[in-house]
This record gives sequence, structure tokens and C-alpha cells, in this order.
Amino acid sequence: MTHHFILRVITKLLIPLILLFALYVQFHGDFGPGGGFQAGVIIAAALVLYALVFGLNTASAVIKEWVLLVLIPLGVLIYAGVGVASLLLGGNYLDYNVLAHDPVHGQHLGILLVELGVGMTVAAVLTTIFFAFAGRGHRDANGNLLPHSALSDEIRNRKDGQP
Amino acid sequence: MNWVTHYNYWIVILLMMLGFYTIIARGNLVKKIIGLNIFQTSVFVLFISMGKIPGGVAPILRDDPTTIYSNPLPHVLILTAIVVGVATTALGLALVVRINEAYGTIEEDEIHEQDRFF
Amino acid sequence: MIAHLPALQIVLPLIAAPLCVLLRTTRLVWLLAFAVTVASFGIAVELYSQVLQYGVISYAMGGWAPPIGIEYRVDQFNALMLILITAVATVVLLFARTSVAKEVDQRRQPLFWAAWLLCFTGLLGIVITGDAFNVFVFLEVSSLSTYALIACARDRRAITSAYQYLIMGTIGATFILIGIGLLYMLTGTLNMADLAARLPGVTESRTLKTAFVFIVVGCSLKLALFPLHLWMPNAYAYAPSAVTAFIAATATKVAIYVMLRFFFTIFGADFSFGAMPLGQVLMVLSVIAMFSGSLVAIYEQNVKRMLAYSSVAQIGYITLGISLATTTGLAAGMLHLFNHAMIKAALFMAMGAVVYRLGSCRLDQMAGLAKQMPWTMAAFVAGGLSLIGVPLTTGFVSKWYLVNAAFDAGWTIIPVAILGSSLLAVIYIWKVVETAYMRLPPADQKPVQEAPLALLIPLWIMVAANFFFGIQGNLLWQSVLQAARQLSGEI
Repeated sequence: MTHHFILRVITKLLIPLILLFALYVQFHGDFGPGGGFQAGVIIAAALVLYALVFGLNTASAVIKEWVLLVLIPLGVLIYAGVGVASLLLGGNYLDYNVLAHDPVHGQHLGILLVELGVGMTVAAVLTTIFFAFAGRGHRDANGNLLPHSALSDEIRNRKDGQP
Repeated sequence: MNWVTHYNYWIVILLMMLGFYTIIARGNLVKKIIGLNIFQTSVFVLFISMGKIPGGVAPILRDDPTTIYSNPLPHVLILTAIVVGVATTALGLALVVRINEAYGTIEEDEIHEQDRFF
Repeated sequence: MIAHLPALQIVLPLIAAPLCVLLRTTRLVWLLAFAVTVASFGIAVELYSQVLQYGVISYAMGGWAPPIGIEYRVDQFNALMLILITAVATVVLLFARTSVAKEVDQRRQPLFWAAWLLCFTGLLGIVITGDAFNVFVFLEVSSLSTYALIACARDRRAITSAYQYLIMGTIGATFILIGIGLLYMLTGTLNMADLAARLPGVTESRTLKTAFVFIVVGCSLKLALFPLHLWMPNAYAYAPSAVTAFIAATATKVAIYVMLRFFFTIFGADFSFGAMPLGQVLMVLSVIAMFSGSLVAIYEQNVKRMLAYSSVAQIGYITLGISLATTTGLAAGMLHLFNHAMIKAALFMAMGAVVYRLGSCRLDQMAGLAKQMPWTMAAFVAGGLSLIGVPLTTGFVSKWYLVNAAFDAGWTIIPVAILGSSLLAVIYIWKVVETAYMRLPPADQKPVQEAPLALLIPLWIMVAANFFFGIQGNLLWQSVLQAARQLSGEI
């Protein structure tokens, strides 16, 4: 674990900041520029950066692939569920006005929940895409990652002149 | 018709033709997807440049009532189109990976060559 | 809840798709998909009866009134389209359970059904929405899931044809997007009704003409109009049989719907057929499609590919009716749209049953098959008769009205072309019949059993629909004629 020492330290410093920024973009989305799409991409960027530097196996220990596969449909369901809730409360589909007794509050709540769902799905989808591509050919028959399949390991091997 | 002030359309046309040419002329499946991306990007530029109003600022509500805002709707539309583009690219590349596993190549002519005997 | 039916039409399958991913058990997932599809069919029928009773239904998504918000708008034509899609989906889904279990990897099946439901959602969404950009979004939802569905087949050629379809389909959708962008640039609105109200003021604009051309080309790519049909034969031939039956009966039809919606509702018939030479171009291409598609089909050895080329020809009939630019021509084209969906669903399901037993549908392997699979081949013959246009079948009804419409519009050469192309259809259908009924099975081939009932029942439901609407020819014609009148603005 002594290779790319600087890279590893900087990454460790950066990732919390990236995640914090993602949360800002996510929850400030109803006041200024931002929202679920952007925040989801930033979260996914943090996870991809982690996987690139520390290897796929470490990254998939941090966030399990089955968790991602649950998050993807869950985000969509939150989105659609907000719509169904507004239907049940007597409004049109996705009419946030009826979600709270005050229409302005309702709009806030609705967009917050919807963007939360969007953010979840986007982050999980992008991370899954990365895992799927990066892990291709490094899996056993059951689809589990083989050890030492990390990208950084491969790069290191190439530098050392090993196959 | 002022040719210079409409430079955004020239960029759009250039990108569109570049992307289109790449899709048609290249036999490499990954390069085709890159061409498709350039082609889609040209449409994004078309939409976004259409929303720009001279002197307009980012469409975030300000107290000053005389502020001119850029049109946010094209941005929203293109955000959706970009997401669609990402999904298309991911799906296309996933197909290329599987083609590579099944045929051992991603060159179009070699794939046709292999399939001819079936 | 009745007032929210337009939203539920889309939302039910949309919610079911992620639930499928969560459930992860093939049996449960299929049951959920089936329940949702049947419910969608019920909603579509209810919507149609409401439209007949109260006129056009408008639903404001999120409570934002049109033209600002996204509007779901149901008139007679798209209510009929909703019924077509949901009905075909219901029958094919019954068929698909057994067929897919054999043709798709066990591991992929739950995700396969999720993609199927997304495709279904997309198709319904395209039809029901009254917002031009929303059309593009749903078009991509349905297309992306179709690419994935095609690539689920075990044959490696399925992956290459899915890739080819992805490239062509994305170009088509992007062309439509460019057209919509130019329209927005001109008018500042995306709502179809609002666009229709504002466009007559700018008919001289070159931007409008450019937008029109982009949309025509984009739609033509999606509906596989000659010469933009190259993606279709391979995609249909190598996809899992149930997927072929589903998309052949719905996806291209929905693309035709989009084209009609743009021609008649948004641009208006006066602009499309008056200011632009659409009628002439479309008619020439349709006639070429009718002959080239049928001719290529005659020489095809893979029956699914043969039927795909036949689809190119049949789409030619539909666009031919539209190109006549009369209300009866439009109605005849629309009628053939519905009938061709039934015919091709039946034929591809018959081939799906053959693939289920034989593992392939190449002509040389089908020799003598009629003795081993009498019911399947009988269904194929019945569907084939309908395709040719023999009286008492749906194919006859729509061709009859098409010929009448052509005479009414003053064309005498068109009926000859329709007859000629139908004769070519006789040849390729006969080739299959001759092989299956009159040849002896190859000596080295193991005899196969009749397809299981789970495949035969939905197949024969579809065949029965062909005959029902053939005998009651007036039933569908009257509804379609009314829808065509509404679409072309006669009432």
C-alpha cells in the first residue's frame, strides 16, 4: 500500500469535500442551481475516484453492489411515490401543492423528495455503470469480483513490466 | 443575415457533420459511439445557445425587477437530453463490450466476416 | 380516481418496473407485469369510452395548466392507439412467459421484465402526451429499453443488431429533437395544441420547413420507412421471439402515430401536404417499400427476417394511405396500422412457437413441420392469409378501404400496385406453407412436439382477433374513420 502515496492522501482529503459539496448541491437545489441530477453525478464521481485509487475491491467493500441495485429502483419509487401521494391527497399527479397545508410548503417538500429520489438513482446508476465496466472480465461465474482486480494494481503491474 | 453573429449555428453545423461523418465512415464500434456523442452534443449546443438572451443573466430570481434573464427552459430540456445521451452511451458501450466478448473484435467488417458463415 | 386515468395509464407500469428490479423473483415479476398490463388495458378501454362520451380529455401533470405544464391529451386516435398497445401487450405477455423462459438467461429474466415494462411505459407515454418534448423523452425510454430487450437473446448476432438499432434509433430520435428545438425557437412553446395555434403565423419561415424535414426524417427512421429500414430486419430476426412480436406490433406503429401527430395536429394538413411536397415523396417511397420489401422477403431463408421485410412492405401500405392526403386515405392507413399490428403479432408469435421447439426458424429446418406442429402452422397460415388480404380477414378489410380511398383520390395506378405487392406476399407466404406442409422433414432431424398450450392459446387469441375484425370489418373502420376525421380537423 505504499504506491501512489501522494495520490492516496490527496484522495482521502478530497472525498469528504466532494461528498459535502454534493449534499450542498442536492439540498440547495430548490433555492439555487443544483438538484438531484448534479448531486448524484458528484456523489458518483467521489465513489469512482475512490475506486480508481484504492481499487475496485476496496470500493465494493465500501458500497456493496446489491445496495446500489436496491438504490436504483428505490429512487424511482420515491419519485413516483410522491406523485401517487399527491394523487391520494386529491391533486393531480405530481401536484406538490397538496402535499402540505400550505401550497408553498408543499412545493418545497415535493421538490425536495423528488430530487432526493433523482439523486439516489443517478448516483447509484452511474456507480453501477462504472463497476460493471471496470469489473468486466474480473469476475467469477457468480458475478463476484475476483481479488486484485483493482485498476491501480493493473497500472502498477504494467509499470513494473509484469504481464 | 449576419454571418458572424450567428456563429453558434456554424459551430452546431460543424459538430453535427463531424459526428455524422464519424458514425458513417468509421468501422470501429467505439468510434461510432464517439461520433454519436458529438452529433448529440451539437444538438445540445443548438438548444442552449437558443436560450441565451443578450445581456441576460442566469435565471435565478433577483430583487431588481429590471433584470433580464436567460431562458431556462432550453437548459432544462437539454439536461434531460444529456441524461438520455449518457444512458445511450452507456448502453452502446455495454453492447460493444459484449460484442467484443462474443466476436473478439470491435471492427465492423471483421464482425460481418465472422457472421457470414452462419 | 376516474379523472386521473390518463396519469395512471403511465404511472402504473412506470412504478411496476422498479418493483420488478426489487422483487427479483421471475415468477412474481411476471405476475406483477401481467397484472399491470391488464389494468392498463382496462384503463385504455375506459379512456376510449370517456373520449367518445365527453370529447377530448386533457390532464395537467403536476397541476400546471397547459401550455406551461406538460399536458396529457387523449382524443379518439390516441385512445385507440392506447387500446392497441395494451391489448397486444396483454396477449403477447401471456405468450412471452413461456417463450422468454426458454430464450433468455434465467439470471437476466427479472431485469428483462423490468425493461419490458419500461418499453411499455415509453410507448404509452409517446401516445398519450400532448407535449412535443415529452414525446422525445418517452421515445428514448421505449427505444433504450428495446435495445436492451433485443440484446437479451442468446444469439450473438442479437447484440450486433441491437447495436445497429441503437445507432440508427438514436440518430432518428436526435433528428426529431432538432425538429422540436427549431419549433420551440420559432414559437416559444412545446405544447402541441399551442404549437398548432401559433405555427400558421410563420408558415413562410425557412426554419419551419427545416424543422418539418428533420421531423419527417427522424420519424421515418423510427418507423422503418424505405430506405431507412436497414436496422429492422436484423433487430426483428435475432431478438427474443416475444420481443419481436411485441415491438413489431407496437413500436413501429407508435412511430407512425408520432408522424401523424406532427403532420396533422402540429403542422396541419395544409402545411404538410400543401406547402411541403410530403404527399408525393411519401407516396413514391411507400410504393417502392411495398415492392422492395416483398421482393427481398421472397428470397429470405430465415422466416423471422422474411416477416421483418414483409413489415417494411406493410408499413408502405400504411404510409401510402397517409400520402393520399384525404380523410378516407388517412383512415385506411390508420386501419391498416391496427390490422397490421394484429397480423404481425400473430405471425411472429407463430414463429416464436416454432423457435420454442426447433430452436431456429430457418426454412430448411422447417420442412415437414406441419405434421409435427399442426396448430402452430395452421395459425401461421391463418395469419398469412390475413397478411395477403384474403376476404374475411383483417388484411382484406384494410386493403379494400385503401383501394377505395385511392380510387376516390383519383389514382388508378395505386390499386394496381397494392394488388401487385399482395401477389408478392402470396409468394413468400406460400414458400413457408410449401416447406412446412409438402416437404418431408430432413432425415437427420429429431421429430418435435406441438408447442405447449401456454404458447398456443395467446397465439390463437391473436388469430381469432384477425378473423373477428375481418368479419366485423365495419366495426373498427367506423371508429378509425371518426378518429381520422377528428385528427384531420373535419369535425
